[in-house]
Amino acid sequence: MTTKFSEGVVAESKRDYIKKLALQGTRIDGRGFDEVRPIKIKTGFIKRADGSALVELGDTKVLVGVKIEPGEPFPDTPNMGIMTTNVELVPLASPTFEPGPPSEEAIELARVVDRGIRESHAIDLEKLVIEEGEKVWVVFIDMHVLDYHGNLFDACGIAALTALNDAIVPAERFEVGEDFKLPMNHYPVPVTFAKIGEWIVADPNLDEESIAKARLTVTTSEEGKINAMQKGLFGTFTYEEVKKVINRSLSIGQKVREQILGGADGEEN
Amino acid sequence: MMGMKSDIKLIDDNGLRIDGRLPNQLRPIKMEVGVVKRANGSAYIEWGGNKIMAAVYGPREAYPKHVQESDRAIIRARYNMAAFSVDERKRPGPDRRSVELSKVISEALTSVVFVEKFPRTAIDVYIEVLQADAGTRVAGITAASLALAHAGIPMRDLVVGCAAGKVDGVVVLDLNKEEDNFGEADVPMAILPRTGEIALLQMDGDLTYDELTNAMEMAMDAAREIYKMEIETLKSAYRGDDNDN
Repeated sequence: MTTKFSEGVVAESKRDYIKKLALQGTRIDGRGFDEVRPIKIKTGFIKRADGSALVELGDTKVLVGVKIEPGEPFPDTPNMGIMTTNVELVPLASPTFEPGPPSEEAIELARVVDRGIRESHAIDLEKLVIEEGEKVWVVFIDMHVLDYHGNLFDACGIAALTALNDAIVPAERFEVGEDFKLPMNHYPVPVTFAKIGEWIVADPNLDEESIAKARLTVTTSEEGKINAMQKGLFGTFTYEEVKKVINRSLSIGQKVREQILGGADGEEN
Repeated sequence: MMGMKSDIKLIDDNGLRIDGRLPNQLRPIKMEVGVVKRANGSAYIEWGGNKIMAAVYGPREAYPKHVQESDRAIIRARYNMAAFSVDERKRPGPDRRSVELSKVISEALTSVVFVEKFPRTAIDVYIEVLQADAGTRVAGITAASLALAHAGIPMRDLVVGCAAGKVDGVVVLDLNKEEDNFGEADVPMAILPRTGEIALLQMDGDLTYDELTNAMEMAMDAAREIYKMEIETLKSAYRGDDNDN
């Protein structure tokens, strides 16, 4: 069976309940429509990685490890480092995840996170050249989902960003100079919305995600630019809805950014 | 959009694009249905340098059985690029990009088909990119929509794919290959023109809010033009103007 994001059957009563709450301007876990679940971040969680972050977004938990190794540049970008992203939806994290090759959900997730980081030029890849045309740093961003309670897009995006911000390029280990902090230009933050009935809520939890008709992720930078969008699921959005979602994402993203980068600076371990 | 710098000038002093188009001008588009006789429905589209064929099989019993949905049909779109469709040979078979595109195209088509009429079935939509010239997913979903209609599958509307983006700091419609490679942003969309609903929306690049909304409006305006072509293509097929379907 293919892995499914939603747990499938939410009792009809729960669906009605969520919609009834929406009418009153609230949500099943008491949040406002633009309120993101509490975010907890532990950077430096994996000592073997060059950068890491364990991120909790409500009950959703994602661990990102960044490994950085020398490699060959792409022929068309001889003076730039390389980044790659991968997501593993390991079966430990949900009864609906199954072992095996990456599902289309995992691929989509990784690619949406990748686009936000790549298109905003979050990592200063031009500073990751060891020998032009010959040897550059390759940044592997591996995202391990550990507990799935909805909205993996934002949890993975936040975890990837904070792990990158935590990362040290291990030049000494490879005997190519002194270690240095992974150079960052920008801090893209994805904010995902779910459309439930006629309501659109930020950071959907599992219950909300499982009854959502449509989903839209918007990744914005600290400069107020939009760097990535991805619409998903079987429903549609009107243009007016999309415009509002982009604006909401800009302001929610800014708040989340302040929160997570503050947290990442004051490392606890 | 890989952040490559280039000296290629994509907009000239007269505000024209590398292929002579105005910022809000589409490339030439040709459509035809009934190109795969064996399929339940099919379509072929030429859009700029894109040559894309789509065919629909179904509704038919969904296999393997566990993929069946008891209350609706599942739509399985498969976006596939031929090895020879791009300059440097592409390894045949699905890659991560085509898996993602197949997923978002399947979801977008599901939003428009009356899937609840065909429980436990699958509607397979095969999109073959024979020659690629940027905008393949939006041209592909346009062809897929025509193929679904040609197969007689009940739909709320036709789907129109269209993209806009930014090159040399200018918001432009329907990027070609050079513009896509060296441009600053791409916003592929699929629209249901009757209601203006957005069924597919992706974006990558670097845009301000105004640029982004500008690009989306440009794509939605063009979608109405393409919609007329779709309707004309289907009508002429059933009138028997240019083929025997």
